[in-house]
Amino acid sequence: MTAPKTLYDKIWDAHVAHEADDGTTLLYIDRHLVHEVTSPQAFEGLRMNGRKVRAPEKTIAVPDHNVPTTEGRDTYIENEESRIQVEALDRNAREFELVYYPVSDIRQGIVHIVGPEQGWTLPGMTVVCGDSHTATHGAFGALAHGIGTSEVEHVLATQTLIQKKSKNMKVEITGKLRPGVTAKDITLAVIGETGTAGGTGYVIEYCGEAIRDLSMEGRMTVCNMAIEGGARAGLIAPDEKTFDYVMGRPHAPKGAQWEAALAWWKTLYTDEGAHFDKVLTLKGEDIAPVVTWGTSPEDVLPITASVPSPSDFEGGKSEAVKRSLDYMGLTPGTPLDQVEIDTVFIGSCTNGRIEDLRAAAAILKGKKVKDGLRAMVVPGSGLVRAQAEEEGLADIFKEAGFEWRLAGCSMCLAMNPDQLSPGERCAATSNRNFEGRQGRGGRTHLLSPAMAAAAAITGRLTDVRELM
Amino acid sequence: MDKFEKITGVAAPMPLINVDTDMIIPKQYLKTIARTGLGKSLFDEMRYDDDGNEIESFVLNQPAYRNAEILVAGDNFGCGSSREHAPWALKDFGISCVIAPSFADIFYSNCFKNGILPVILPQEQVDVLMKDAEKGANARMTVDLENQTITTSEGESFGFEIDAFKKHCLLNGLDDIALTLEKGAAIDAFEANVNQQRPWV
Repeated sequence: MTAPKTLYDKIWDAHVAHEADDGTTLLYIDRHLVHEVTSPQAFEGLRMNGRKVRAPEKTIAVPDHNVPTTEGRDTYIENEESRIQVEALDRNAREFELVYYPVSDIRQGIVHIVGPEQGWTLPGMTVVCGDSHTATHGAFGALAHGIGTSEVEHVLATQTLIQKKSKNMKVEITGKLRPGVTAKDITLAVIGETGTAGGTGYVIEYCGEAIRDLSMEGRMTVCNMAIEGGARAGLIAPDEKTFDYVMGRPHAPKGAQWEAALAWWKTLYTDEGAHFDKVLTLKGEDIAPVVTWGTSPEDVLPITASVPSPSDFEGGKSEAVKRSLDYMGLTPGTPLDQVEIDTVFIGSCTNGRIEDLRAAAAILKGKKVKDGLRAMVVPGSGLVRAQAEEEGLADIFKEAGFEWRLAGCSMCLAMNPDQLSPGERCAATSNRNFEGRQGRGGRTHLLSPAMAAAAAITGRLTDVRELM
Repeated sequence: MDKFEKITGVAAPMPLINVDTDMIIPKQYLKTIARTGLGKSLFDEMRYDDDGNEIESFVLNQPAYRNAEILVAGDNFGCGSSREHAPWALKDFGISCVIAPSFADIFYSNCFKNGILPVILPQEQVDVLMKDAEKGANARMTVDLENQTITTSEGESFGFEIDAFKKHCLLNGLDDIALTLEKGAAIDAFEANVNQQRPWV
């Protein structure tokens, strides 16, 4: 009898193409997602060395970071550098014959939303992309993580990655969530517990009743931010919800292959008694709607709390808190729900899926965005956008006073025209509140789509439960 | 790739925790399609004011540290985005060794692809190196990869751990892709097997 394995162990073992005596492994990569920002140097490297893309049919390219989210972008992108990168991806995708969704294609969107939507991401796969939020795909029980550009080149040329195995960490969320608490609150609350380096060196498996109860969209939100806790990847064992989500997608297996795939996918769970190097357990009912107050995703508190003081922390963190409160323009002791905001951003690979838009629209229905506040919704893909229009969500957003944009990364990282100005304070459903992340001097508070909608109505950070 | 064997040079102190890759190289500089030329934008938002003038108090703007080759930093250096532009910017500036109590995973692997040595040491030892770095340009530190040691300007020495394969590649400036292509037969065999067992992939 073999020793009990974790889900991570099983996926890892199924992808070892070569292992050296010291454990250095060539891990076979099933899906390689490519976007315009971290790939041009990799393709250039291939050309310089006369190398080809080994598996173009497993390499999926889509522009997302740089693209404007306003009409007309499929004919011309005004920013020259952005245009050059998008054109370079176009050229590379065509020359190397990759699977490709250009800006003009309705299936275009954020790479981590397009992959699952098109059925490229499947349980038990290895998925990489030159983007740290590749962890998103872990929601399907796929081992998915971000890589640098040199590794992008390595995967393009060899369809493998040189890896050493990470350690196993289990994050269990027991019981039920309370009303108003979402997947975003779970993932932020976990980072609040572990810190941004708590997961370094680990692959996290999220489990427990509260995780099982989440939809696939919610699970993607949880795994998306595994990297914010320092983990290489986040994983959730596939189950009936996963199979239902995958079935019938354009690139999901069909017929006999579906049956064979399903039989294997059903073996993808952590065996009883398997070893975890680290375990964190949170009670679902203890998690509140949360917001971040600082410039690190670990700076998380329930919306009912107040801005902390540097003296609440020790060592280097105390200094860091002083710096971030200064940057954020916040005074210790201020109740978080009194913090006034200028802007609301709903979107990103963390919260740009249909369910996120539904959650925000449910709060906004029949209400108006506070006077003077800028509010935008950026669907994660052209198909999410179309579905939201069909469901009437777009009308709710527009009637409330939100801008209804085209798909892309938008204000999550401000590489496109959607940016904050210095001092502008934003309630954002994205994933990073780093200094300057959404624009130089911009101030970011991370929260769930429902909480973002609530903040749009009141003009301040708001406990969504007051509006439910 | 550039080799890294041994350097003796100025170390810049940066006692901040959680230095993220957005800080190391902000997003507007990711629009390049080259690997070079990012050094002048390294730590852009901390280094320059809104008008593009140097902020005097920032460590790399101080005369003693303008030619720093080593950076001594706080916990969790390089967290956040996977952008390899971060090590490219460090390298282009002239920094080829970063010492910290811990690094984020992706940044750590990216360093090795670019001839940069990331060294992990316990906080107490990093504190000693930080103090040494604060002495300025006359205090030169030595980083010796072959012997896995760091020696302060006072002659105090600390050993560090490093993965043997990564060390080998860095010492010899080896190209990962060429190494992997030598194992092409193993990849072919694996792929053939997967095509049988998991044809939907």
